[in-house]
Amino acid sequence: MLDATRTPPRLPCAPGVGYKPQHFSDLRAAPGPIGWLEVHAENYMGDGGRPHAQLRALRDDFAISVHGVGLSIGGEGPLDKDHLDRLKSLMTWLEPASFSEHLAWSTHGTEFLDDLLPLPYTEATLARVASHIDQVQDVLGRQMLLENPSSYLAFADSTMSETDFLSELVQRTGCGLLLDVNNVFISATNLNYTPEGYLDAYPIHAVGEIHVGGHDADADDAGAPLLIDSHGRATADPVWALLDHALAATGSAPVLVEWDNDVPHWATLRAEAERAAHALATATAP
Amino acid sequence: MPADQTQFRTALLDPTLPVPVGLTDGAGQPTTKRFAVYRNNVTVALTEALKTAFPVLVSLLGRDSFDQLARLFVRTHPPTSPLMMHYGAHMPAFLSDFPPLSHIKYLSDVARLELALRQSYHAADMDPFDASRLGRLDADRIMASTLTLAPATILIPSVWPLFDIWRYNTQSGAPKPRAMAQPVLITRAEFDPEPHPLTPAQAAWLTKIMDGATLVAAQDSAMAVDPGFDLSALLTLLIQNNAIANFTTPKD
Amino acid sequence: MSNTMRSVAIMGAVAAAFASQTATPADAAAKEKCYGISLAGENDCAAGPGTTCAGTSTVDYQGNAWTLVDAGTCAEIDLPDLADGSPRTGSLEELDRDLPA
Repeated sequence: MLDATRTPPRLPCAPGVGYKPQHFSDLRAAPGPIGWLEVHAENYMGDGGRPHAQLRALRDDFAISVHGVGLSIGGEGPLDKDHLDRLKSLMTWLEPASFSEHLAWSTHGTEFLDDLLPLPYTEATLARVASHIDQVQDVLGRQMLLENPSSYLAFADSTMSETDFLSELVQRTGCGLLLDVNNVFISATNLNYTPEGYLDAYPIHAVGEIHVGGHDADADDAGAPLLIDSHGRATADPVWALLDHALAATGSAPVLVEWDNDVPHWATLRAEAERAAHALATATAP
Repeated sequence: MPADQTQFRTALLDPTLPVPVGLTDGAGQPTTKRFAVYRNNVTVALTEALKTAFPVLVSLLGRDSFDQLARLFVRTHPPTSPLMMHYGAHMPAFLSDFPPLSHIKYLSDVARLELALRQSYHAADMDPFDASRLGRLDADRIMASTLTLAPATILIPSVWPLFDIWRYNTQSGAPKPRAMAQPVLITRAEFDPEPHPLTPAQAAWLTKIMDGATLVAAQDSAMAVDPGFDLSALLTLLIQNNAIANFTTPKD
Repeated sequence: MSNTMRSVAIMGAVAAAFASQTATPADAAAKEKCYGISLAGENDCAAGPGTTCAGTSTVDYQGNAWTLVDAGTCAEIDLPDLADGSPRTGSLEELDRDLPA
């Protein structure tokens, strides 16, 4: 269990964007409402060069959130000690405002599969994920946030809901949560439940950050809608509506716009951030 | 017995295997298309990573051929580290052992060059070496000195016109590769790695220096390749591109 | 070559090289010469775009697909002296013959 007295300052309750190197100059010249940036931890685990230099320059103007995509918190095997050490080094020199990872697995043995793979929600998974979160928080000496996944299928042997699973993790480890409302919308559509119902059952008090982002639409074997978390387009209207629903419960929060494929010009991404700023202003209006 | 991660992983990378048991849609029905989303994610993510990592190979082979090659490669050599910046280290060996392409013998060296460009991009920073302090040393001590090169400095030996091949596929209007041996040196003056063509004698000099040999031993090695070897051009290139980390003179 | 001649050659090169040194402070904001390398090998947390078929198709490399190599620049690069199938050890002595006169 994490010692809550060591929790570092939180991200500002403002819009942020997923940082892309091609936006470096435009972002600094015209940040718009951006108060913070999120970077993928693994892209800054080289030894130096431009990636490190850009982060050193950006952290003067923006709070930084480190978002891991390679720790494989849900992996059946032990966490990769070398990777945890690299993460610790990055966190030590960068001193970011937040660290988050995913409720998923991506490493098997020594293989890294470069995707966020799904987990059955069982007691055994809960015990394993809780122990991995404990280990990460011990090594980093700070609280981490855990993000809900996009689900494309269900496990027949799951014994609890995702929201109960997350609530139990928060209780056992003291971790916070990263609520990705795009993922909620995708999973709810793909697995036939209502996204509002998910949010009502979700441990909203533990939210330290919210994500929005774009998805693609496909269809499954039976022709039912199958949404895919592509981060390759603007956030869809129902996802913005879900953000409003979430902000009504959380009050103000750091809201991140994710765009990873077909990355647009800065002006387009900034317009998405302005939409997030509007949602935040509406949610906190008296 | 529900699918464990070993079964899940095996089926992810082998599309001829059945979908693992115990995976369902939202209504509890078995599903193939939904598992295919993960198969697609892994294959597309890794294939796209190879395309951005090896643009010269893509140009040499054509996009369709490279897509086929990448699909084979990702299934036999998935990443062994979560750091995608280094993915593809097995590509040179894969290309030389791959029967349909093994007759194009320079492909492996091209893959080595493209890997080295990324390695250089992410290599540690270094304060430039102050060459002016060499002015205070006498000739005997300089001759017996060794050089430490910056971490971003990488030599790719080649018997092929490697630099020409790189340039022909990255710069419009570049001349066709000439039939000559052209090892490549990558330097990173600031943040952008830059390939430079070397002569075999220059490569011989650098190989010795990278092994920790003295300037005089490296000179002998280069002159064995080319009796007319002149160090000036190479040393100027190294200094102008911040490639020298340190100059170690012998202890008194 | 005598020690004196080697010394003159090395010292001359060292003198010329360090006279060429110019200090250029590194600037993270400087425009990248090419985004190719910076974008290569980026980790992200997005799903693969496009249809779901790429992950389920198989590859038969003994089929006709490899004639597609003709669509790349490989076909334009003609290096008969080097690609003649004769064993090349890569030794530096042998390479001399490839140097331009």
